Amino acid sequence: MDFSLLRRIISRYCVGEEIWVDSRTVYIGHKEPPPGAEAYIPQRYPDNRIVSSKYTFWNFVPKNLFEQFRRIANFYFLVIFLVQLIIDTPTSPVTSGLPLFFVITVTAIKQGYEDWLRHKADCSINECPVDVVQQGKVARTQSHKLRVGDVVIVREDETFPCDLILLSSSRHDGTCYVTTASLDGESSHKTYYAVPDTMAFRTEQEVDSLHATIECEQPQPDLYKFVGRINIYKDNEEPVARPLGAENLLLRGATLKNTQHIYAVAVYTGMETKMALNYQSKSQKRSAVEKSMNAFLIVYLCILISKAVINTVLKYAWQWSPDRDEPWYNHRTENERQRHVVIRAFTDFLAFMVLFNYIIPVSMYVTVEMQKFLGSYFITWDEEMFDEELGEGAQVNTSDLNEELGQVEYVFTDKTGTLTENNMEFIECCVDGNVYIPHAICNGQILSAASSIDMIDSSPGGYRREHEDLFFRALCLCHTVQVKEEETVDGIKRGIHQGRPTSFYISSSPDEVALVEGMKRLGYTYLRLRDNYMEILNKDDEIERFELLHVLNFDSVRRRMSVIVKSSSGEYLLFCKGADSSIFPRVVSGKVEQVKARVEQNAVEGLRTLCVAYRRLSEPEYQEVCHRLNDAKLALQDREQRLAQAYDVIERDFVLLGATAVEDRLQEKAADTIESLHKAGMKVWVLTGDKMETAAATCYASKLFRRTTQILELTKKRTEEQSLHDVLFELNRTVLRQRSISGLSVDCLDFGLIIDGATLSAVLRPNQDGPGSGNYREIFLEICRNCSAVLCCRMAPLQKAQIVKLIKASKEHPITLAIGDGANDVSMILEAHVGIGIMGKEGRQAARNSDYAIPKFKHLKKMLLVHGHYYYIRIAELVQYFFYKNVCFIFPQFLYQFFCGFSQQPLYDTAYLTLYNISFTSLPILLYSLVEQHLTMDTLKRDPSLYRDIAKNSLLRWPVFLYWTCLGVFDAVIFFFGAYFLFDNTTFTSNGQLMTTNTQMMFGNWTFGTLVFTVLVFTVTLKLALDTHHWTWINHFVIWGSLLFYVIFSLLWGGIIWPFLNYQRMYYVFMQMLSSGPAWLSIILLITVSLLPDVIKKVLCRALCPTATERAQPQKVRTAGTPEVCVAPGSAGGEGLSEREPLRPDRTREGDSGDKAARSYDSMMSHSHSNPTQQALEYNPTTVLDGIGSPWIRRSCLGVAWQS
Amino acid sequence: MMATSYNAKDEDGHITVSGPGGGTLRSRKPENTAFKQQRLPAWQPILTAGTVLPAFFIIGLIFIPIGIGLYVTSNNIREFEVDYTGVDMSSPCFNCSQNYSWNSSRPCTCTIPFYLEQPYEGNVYMYYGLSNFYQNHRRYVKSRDDSQLHGDMDSLLTPSKECEPYAFHDKKPIAPCGAIANSMFNDTLELFYNDPNGTKVLVPLANTGIAWFTDKYVKFKNPGGDGANLTAVFQGTSKPVNWLKPVYELDKNSSNNGFINEDFIVWMRTAALPTFRKLYRTIKDAKVIPTLPSGNYTLEVVYNYPVRSFEGRKRMILSTISWMGGKNPFLGIAYVTVGSVCFFLGVVLLVIHHKCGNRNNSADISN
Repeated sequence: MDFSLLRRIISRYCVGEEIWVDSRTVYIGHKEPPPGAEAYIPQRYPDNRIVSSKYTFWNFVPKNLFEQFRRIANFYFLVIFLVQLIIDTPTSPVTSGLPLFFVITVTAIKQGYEDWLRHKADCSINECPVDVVQQGKVARTQSHKLRVGDVVIVREDETFPCDLILLSSSRHDGTCYVTTASLDGESSHKTYYAVPDTMAFRTEQEVDSLHATIECEQPQPDLYKFVGRINIYKDNEEPVARPLGAENLLLRGATLKNTQHIYAVAVYTGMETKMALNYQSKSQKRSAVEKSMNAFLIVYLCILISKAVINTVLKYAWQWSPDRDEPWYNHRTENERQRHVVIRAFTDFLAFMVLFNYIIPVSMYVTVEMQKFLGSYFITWDEEMFDEELGEGAQVNTSDLNEELGQVEYVFTDKTGTLTENNMEFIECCVDGNVYIPHAICNGQILSAASSIDMIDSSPGGYRREHEDLFFRALCLCHTVQVKEEETVDGIKRGIHQGRPTSFYISSSPDEVALVEGMKRLGYTYLRLRDNYMEILNKDDEIERFELLHVLNFDSVRRRMSVIVKSSSGEYLLFCKGADSSIFPRVVSGKVEQVKARVEQNAVEGLRTLCVAYRRLSEPEYQEVCHRLNDAKLALQDREQRLAQAYDVIERDFVLLGATAVEDRLQEKAADTIESLHKAGMKVWVLTGDKMETAAATCYASKLFRRTTQILELTKKRTEEQSLHDVLFELNRTVLRQRSISGLSVDCLDFGLIIDGATLSAVLRPNQDGPGSGNYREIFLEICRNCSAVLCCRMAPLQKAQIVKLIKASKEHPITLAIGDGANDVSMILEAHVGIGIMGKEGRQAARNSDYAIPKFKHLKKMLLVHGHYYYIRIAELVQYFFYKNVCFIFPQFLYQFFCGFSQQPLYDTAYLTLYNISFTSLPILLYSLVEQHLTMDTLKRDPSLYRDIAKNSLLRWPVFLYWTCLGVFDAVIFFFGAYFLFDNTTFTSNGQLMTTNTQMMFGNWTFGTLVFTVLVFTVTLKLALDTHHWTWINHFVIWGSLLFYVIFSLLWGGIIWPFLNYQRMYYVFMQMLSSGPAWLSIILLITVSLLPDVIKKVLCRALCPTATERAQPQKVRTAGTPEVCVAPGSAGGEGLSEREPLRPDRTREGDSGDKAARSYDSMMSHSHSNPTQQALEYNPTTVLDGIGSPWIRRSCLGVAWQS
Repeated sequence: MMATSYNAKDEDGHITVSGPGGGTLRSRKPENTAFKQQRLPAWQPILTAGTVLPAFFIIGLIFIPIGIGLYVTSNNIREFEVDYTGVDMSSPCFNCSQNYSWNSSRPCTCTIPFYLEQPYEGNVYMYYGLSNFYQNHRRYVKSRDDSQLHGDMDSLLTPSKECEPYAFHDKKPIAPCGAIANSMFNDTLELFYNDPNGTKVLVPLANTGIAWFTDKYVKFKNPGGDGANLTAVFQGTSKPVNWLKPVYELDKNSSNNGFINEDFIVWMRTAALPTFRKLYRTIKDAKVIPTLPSGNYTLEVVYNYPVRSFEGRKRMILSTISWMGGKNPFLGIAYVTVGSVCFFLGVVLLVIHHKCGNRNNSADISN
């Protein structure tokens, strides 16, 4: 990707700015246009080589090193290493060089291997054979030799080698089917079209005879956008121009399906293909833990520098007298003597830095990285997060944020497909106020043979009859559903009858499938689209044919779509369906009131409603429409905008036909999950494009709003009555008053806020009106902060991201999580600290852009409460422990300087200095950070409030950090002075009587250091052992193993004269030490004393003010048998959690029998909401909640009018 | 990343397209192993007042007796120390300490009388102690050549750079090189027992068996092997500047001469702290019992080693030992203290456990 950028920059600046134009012109088959045509500026295009590898064989070493040393930690160690090489330092360069080398090598090998894989992949892709048409013949060439303008043949099941414009296909209608599974994960077949003028080409010769140019925009990464124009020259005639859009562009990486072969011309090649442009890396997210880690590092860096400065100053103060500086027994060399004192002082400062540099834990970065990388496997391995239906488990796209999952404070969730299943069922339709309900609930699951229409209020009249016919036809025609007739159909769509060859409906929108299938059950079957004629089998088994003239595609701004068809009788009809809000304003006649009432009622029940309208077009009207559309479609610039304008003009003056209702069930355990998140102290916001009523009903069903929740409303309806200013202030007052009244009893303080998109943009709009209105944002945030649940409806995708950004930027800087399944959630997923994608039915865009992808919403519970919690405590301990153990390690060296004349004499041997972090103490903490479970998984799941214990980065706050550092300093002081008193006052001797050979052995400075180091290694490891709550055999193995390793290593290190060393200072030191009784006694004593304070602190804290976590940890007294008793009471002030209900047994999905209940529930609800203008405040939550109590109600989940 | 990721996606796409069966699904399902599901059987200890309490009592009960034992043993050790630096005018060594020269032809001798109140029994060890002598100074510590001391002939003639500025003298390599060797302690101490009947008995001091066995027999070796003629071997090298005699004349006993001279080996093991003692001689296998009877003694010092320049002190120490080594009250006191603290904490925890444990239990049951 670097290359493409570079290339682009080069082409921009070297070739010249003027050549950098907005569009490119492609000569199909490299044939120059006839002389009369416009002169095009020739452009240079890259070849079709894909370069995903970062390195080449030659630049790997320098480039990789450069990349690695850009990391601040590596750079720091490099500097230390260089300092050690240059000046005369106390420790050999090996001590920092070896770990650095190790880290760099491991990383380089990993990256090199990955790059090698990339090279291999690139190679196989670049060299795969491609058939090209040259001079009317098929020539085989390699993929990377393709050039822009080449005409390519692609056969069935082959992957497109570059971005191509479809010229013709083996299908007579010039279409081809494509799956883009490798691009966006959608495995459904998409149809692409050839331009009518070229679709007739059948042979190479014909294709070769084509003389045309393509003008199109320069490559851009949006997969779904393409604007271009093809100019076809025919024998001196004026060139014919045809519009090209995304439906003509075959993308590299997609696969041709169900089509024998196609001819297509390359327009974007190599690194300019949309796929390549899309693999640009996303912006890096950093976790809160990483930020505190860096803060701690800076503190330690300051400590390090101040230590070095203090020692340097003291050194020169102490050395003031020349007898101390250079006593007769210890002279400098001539060279040193001649050095200037400033240089000497500076060298000394550097030497102290080097001596103490281990206080910055070298291996922490590696360990953290490994912990994250390996730890993330537990998410993918988790069986409970595996979805049988989908056949997929959770995915980890970035392991950098594992611990952030344990820190979430705000959850922003999409509704459709996230809270709900996005599994649509057609429920009813209403034509002019008359309701039609198909008997059988069918989504390919249950189908009663006798499909019929159940007429309520059946009094067929002519007018009604006509509308009814139109309504059903409208639903059969106004869609973009495809029909698959083969049994061997691929992809996800299900057969209506399994095993029997039958037809399937395929569409990118599940609503459409539900509607068309619903129509089928009501007697109108959409058969197929053939030669631009849509065929419908009507109730009387007659086939009706409509010519499809135009499709005005759906988009989320208009929230509607239309088709223009010509009936067999020659009438031009415009059918439109869309969200009520986008249809009603454009309606001129029809039974608006009745339909509106029904729509509102359905919305309240949480059904997704769509309105259907039509308009008859006269011949001149149609021509005008045609003209407008073609104009807009041909535009190269602002095509989107011009199309939107054209649509706006065309879609008006409708006659309202009726409305449909489609049900979207709540996902399994969605309510349970939301409840758990609430108990865990997270604030859940639902952001949806849906109507307020529908969304609110879902919120009640999913327990986002509870019986006790007081709903605050901030909607357009209200702000129309009062000014936004007043409403905001009033709400703020309500919230504040409530808080001051209720005081400590938090239970009453349960607000829910509903806000809609329009109001939100008003709130967020930077205000120029006056001084008073500037701080809406603050007030809004203040209100939100006091609400446990917020529902934002009518949101545009970008607004979702805005909200997330707003909360992120508020003054507490809370950690946000966004979860969604659709393309409209991508912006918020990217914006939030943690983005979670649901592998939904609307393609894989969300999952692809997310940090973690899970199959179902319910998995969020385990993800956060169990995995997040574990990862957080693991990494928190990891970070704190690393700093602790390095303080313990280095502080004695600092103290030793006071006793060795500030001469930078290291206390420990080089081997110990080098290996302390990389082998003696590295594995136990790594393992701890992988498998520690301070609470069992079941406890964490059972008691979500435990999550509050770790909220706000509580284990990495400054007091905790200070405690660990103080503990480290304390331990270091104990080690050093313990050893000091043993050495100072006495002849520290081994016994003379038990050992026959000799007597009073003198211990030197290396023995002193080894004693301290032994105590250090044991203490630090045992400290971790004390912190371990989950001792598996691996823990035992690693903890005792690494202690044993230390002992064995020391025996070995001191056991022989190492020929490659020029000093033998450690020879027999360790063994001599161990042969001395007092050494053993003092080691035991010092370890005990060092561990004592931590044990006491732990025990006292647990006994006197236990945290919820500690209470939840099973204590000896009460064990299994009564697990409920073990559950800790909620942490202080658990609002609403005090009502500790026993866990309900998992509610099973309802069977068909629940249906009746659902209907009655619906009617009950509709009754209580007979007045559609009733405000959400007046919902009868009791009714709702009562309903939720019983199992069947979960199905009545609600959905949006219409989402993208 | 890119290629690998699109490869994976290609495969994915392929699977979903071609294999509608369950086979592919099963392969993707995570394995249900205890490790992968994080359900390995585990021991889950919790540090509570109840569980830690016994440990505290046990530690207390073990540590206090050990401490008392150590303290008593340490107190039973006889130790006598005499400072012979000669700082005071009245000190017998004052004159010697004023003669501040290394290579005076006439050694300065001084005699220090002292009185042992108690008899010293068993093996008695004689140490010299230096204070304010920074043997642990970095420049000093590294100023040696271990391979030279190991008997390597090349290193003998070309000492390591670390030995600078004590590597060459008059263009001849110094053996043994370095600051440590150069500053070897060279006072001679002799002990006389003044018999009550007036005779002065020389106490026999053994100068072997004072270094680490491994140092003497493995780490330090004379160049040229065991039986070699040291004078010949050290031909072409220079003695350390401050030495009176070359290294091959340290002792007449050939097994204690050259680099394997034990006084030398002891000196070469650099002390950890600026105030230190080093073993000088042992008095063992003494025919008389007690080894050193109480009474008057005279210490005769050949005063060579200057310490006044850096405000150092020189001492002679006589000490007996016990099973735990030399006199060290610190360890005993520390053990007693820690033991008592643990015991006290145990009691505190018992109280807490009694009170809070009940409270917790009742609280939980009420839930």
